[in-house]
Amino acid sequence: MSDVHDPRYAIGIDLGTTHSALSYVDLQASDGEKAVESVLLIPQLTAPGTVEALPLLPSFLYLPHPDELPAGERALPWGQDASDDNTSAVAGEMARSRGATTPIRLVSSAKSWLCHPGVDRRGAILPPDAPDEVPRLSPLAASTRYLAHLRQAWNHAHPDAPFDQQSVTVTIPASFDPAARELTAEAARQAGFAPTLLEEPQAALYSWIQGSGGRWRKQVQPGDIILVVDVGGGTSDFSLIAILERDGKLEPHRVAVGDHILLGGDNMDLALAHFVARKLSANGTQLDAWQMRALTYGCRSAKEELLANPNATTHPIVVPSRGSKLIGGSIRTELTRDEVTAFITDGFFPRVEASARPAVRARAGLTQLGLPYAQDAAITRHLAAFLARQAGATADLEGFSGRVNAEHTFLHPSAVLFNGGVFKSGILAQRVMDTINDWLYMEGAEPARMLEGADLDLAVARGAAYYSYARRGGGVRIRGGTARSYYVGVESSMPAIPGMEPPLEALCVAPFGMEEGGELELPGQEFGLVIGEPVTFRFFGSTVRRQDRIGETLEFWGPDELQELGELQATLPAEGRSAGEVVQVKLHALATDTGTLELAAVAQDGQRWKIEFDVRTAPGAQ
Amino acid sequence: MTTSNLPGFLSRISIAFGALFKSLGDAEFAARVRDDSVGPTAAPAPVPVPAAAPAPAPTVAPAPTPAPTPLRVPTPDAALQLLTLFQREARLIDFAHENLGAYSDADIGAAARVVHEGCARVLREHFTIEPVRSESEGSRITLPEGFDAASVRLTGNVVGAAPFTGTLSHRGWRAAKVTLPQLADSHDARVLAPAEVEL
Repeated sequence: MSDVHDPRYAIGIDLGTTHSALSYVDLQASDGEKAVESVLLIPQLTAPGTVEALPLLPSFLYLPHPDELPAGERALPWGQDASDDNTSAVAGEMARSRGATTPIRLVSSAKSWLCHPGVDRRGAILPPDAPDEVPRLSPLAASTRYLAHLRQAWNHAHPDAPFDQQSVTVTIPASFDPAARELTAEAARQAGFAPTLLEEPQAALYSWIQGSGGRWRKQVQPGDIILVVDVGGGTSDFSLIAILERDGKLEPHRVAVGDHILLGGDNMDLALAHFVARKLSANGTQLDAWQMRALTYGCRSAKEELLANPNATTHPIVVPSRGSKLIGGSIRTELTRDEVTAFITDGFFPRVEASARPAVRARAGLTQLGLPYAQDAAITRHLAAFLARQAGATADLEGFSGRVNAEHTFLHPSAVLFNGGVFKSGILAQRVMDTINDWLYMEGAEPARMLEGADLDLAVARGAAYYSYARRGGGVRIRGGTARSYYVGVESSMPAIPGMEPPLEALCVAPFGMEEGGELELPGQEFGLVIGEPVTFRFFGSTVRRQDRIGETLEFWGPDELQELGELQATLPAEGRSAGEVVQVKLHALATDTGTLELAAVAQDGQRWKIEFDVRTAPGAQ
Repeated sequence: MTTSNLPGFLSRISIAFGALFKSLGDAEFAARVRDDSVGPTAAPAPVPVPAAAPAPAPTVAPAPTPAPTPLRVPTPDAALQLLTLFQREARLIDFAHENLGAYSDADIGAAARVVHEGCARVLREHFTIEPVRSESEGSRITLPEGFDAASVRLTGNVVGAAPFTGTLSHRGWRAAKVTLPQLADSHDARVLAPAEVEL
């Protein structure tokens, strides 16, 4: 979306599961790789009638009871937005702290819901356990609210450079499917601006490149494969980025992305808090929800201290009393190094073999009502599975042919970049490095090195701003195109066998690595669509099938190769045609400038209909 | 000073009386009334003193007595806000209202952790506090002539003339930056912590 003509700033937004942040580059003051970059302080309510400008906006919405907060106590510096239907909803720090004591009015993790194919993501479903009288919001509307808050904060701070006239990049997990990407772009459009999307691990690498001030060229060489391990508040995301040399210049190529893993730092704090609460209840002390929250905060700081300081053996945790008697009513306990090691280091980052795979349990029928959290908490096992699945990711990359060996059971990274607050702990980063280097050692490979100097909290927002800037020709760009190939399900034309569903074939409609702006037509195959009648297709994506060309039909595929995404739906409106008429269409795939994938049905006369990634509940989706 | 700031009739009476008594008691002030055809402007004119000068003034003032600096009336809102923060983050008011005699040191220590951690957070997030002197405590330092008496206090054998040389016994603290939250117009800052009722 480059309808922005002469922006003054390149803006990057990290729209996180638990926190959002906004960073920006002043285009007038920047040149080449020297980008002048700052972080916007975001005014937000921290208590009734109290506004503070903080670097992070917690991604929480609180829906107050009509008697709870008079309008005067919700005032923000820019006043209420008349275009906003949910004017009473409060975003940010106060939403988070209030919501902890009144969870039925708290919207959280909207981003995780946005990529949950089992629910209607435009439907008002949040908070999921709110009583009927609480007005609910859709995951889309909640994301829109956070973006609108950031837009207003920007406009308040830069009245002479309106937000919608700047070049804005919003980050998404690399694992987001086309529907979730499209929804994120739609949220931005509803918030009043045209975004570009960027994958978070790429943003982290951009931030590292920018932070190095040009020295990154000394720290990586052509032939390097950088593994980005991004463990955020609510999700873990992996990407592989290969360093190529073209025309004498280093060029990073993103070659693979991981699956969506709903597992992050907040899960660790919560797990630890429940563990400590069990310890307390064994001694006869029961905690209520308010105290649990205080305990979670206490556990977080105890964990951070114990994981940052290798010499500390215990760290005290005090849960303050809820009433005004602070001294008698507070509960004191402590967290020991052994507990943190057993729970966090060995629980979430166990030293496993390269052949380890995350445990998968069959889900009970009702789990789709909640978020599909990762069933195996071991991030290292998810990582092992990712690297093994991507063993051939660089096989066809120029300059990499000699490096991949058929005997390698997993892709060998040569450098690791960490992102996310979890890795402020040197112990955890070192554990991941040691584990990967054990795997490499077992296959006779050189150990991977850790890329230093990453900004763990704000890297994604900073990298996104740098990308907005680089897109305008100012700096290094990561190439790679789309990180998946996409397929629609077609019934095979076999004779029917009683009692058996006709086998499904997968028709490739968008190949791996489509560069932005590219459009491809599905050759040969035409579909007869009936005007006025919706048609649905089953839709699949693959992060490993790099060779399939558009129009290729797969009869067989490995169990992990294709993943079913939400259904596709095309409805041809009767404009200029009569209902019931059959139109022959061809499928087109377009990788948009925004960073989304678009599928269209194109008739012979050139008429074009967009095919929606069905975001309503797909009956067969898990 | 805009015209909208002109005093009303009643205020003018009190200004006139104030000027009368001040002229009688303060020769310098009287001289300014005489020399300045406009007469004394409103109160904030004589405030060259930079920061909040601490109350204890030198006991024996030297001969040319300056005009008494008008004392600033503190605005309670900022103070109330700070108390609110200390209560919210550190439970300071709860703690100060407790009778320590009734508890063991272990219990007090546990609560003190909450207070210490919270107070530190408030100071960290809302103030940038730095030492006045960067030298380490116990080291010898020399104060040149015209040093800032508001930021360095001389103690002990205070005689002679600058430069003064002495031992730094406390580095002092200075708030380099204060960022208190903004308050909504209608917000009642006197509520330091709302009562909580669980439904």
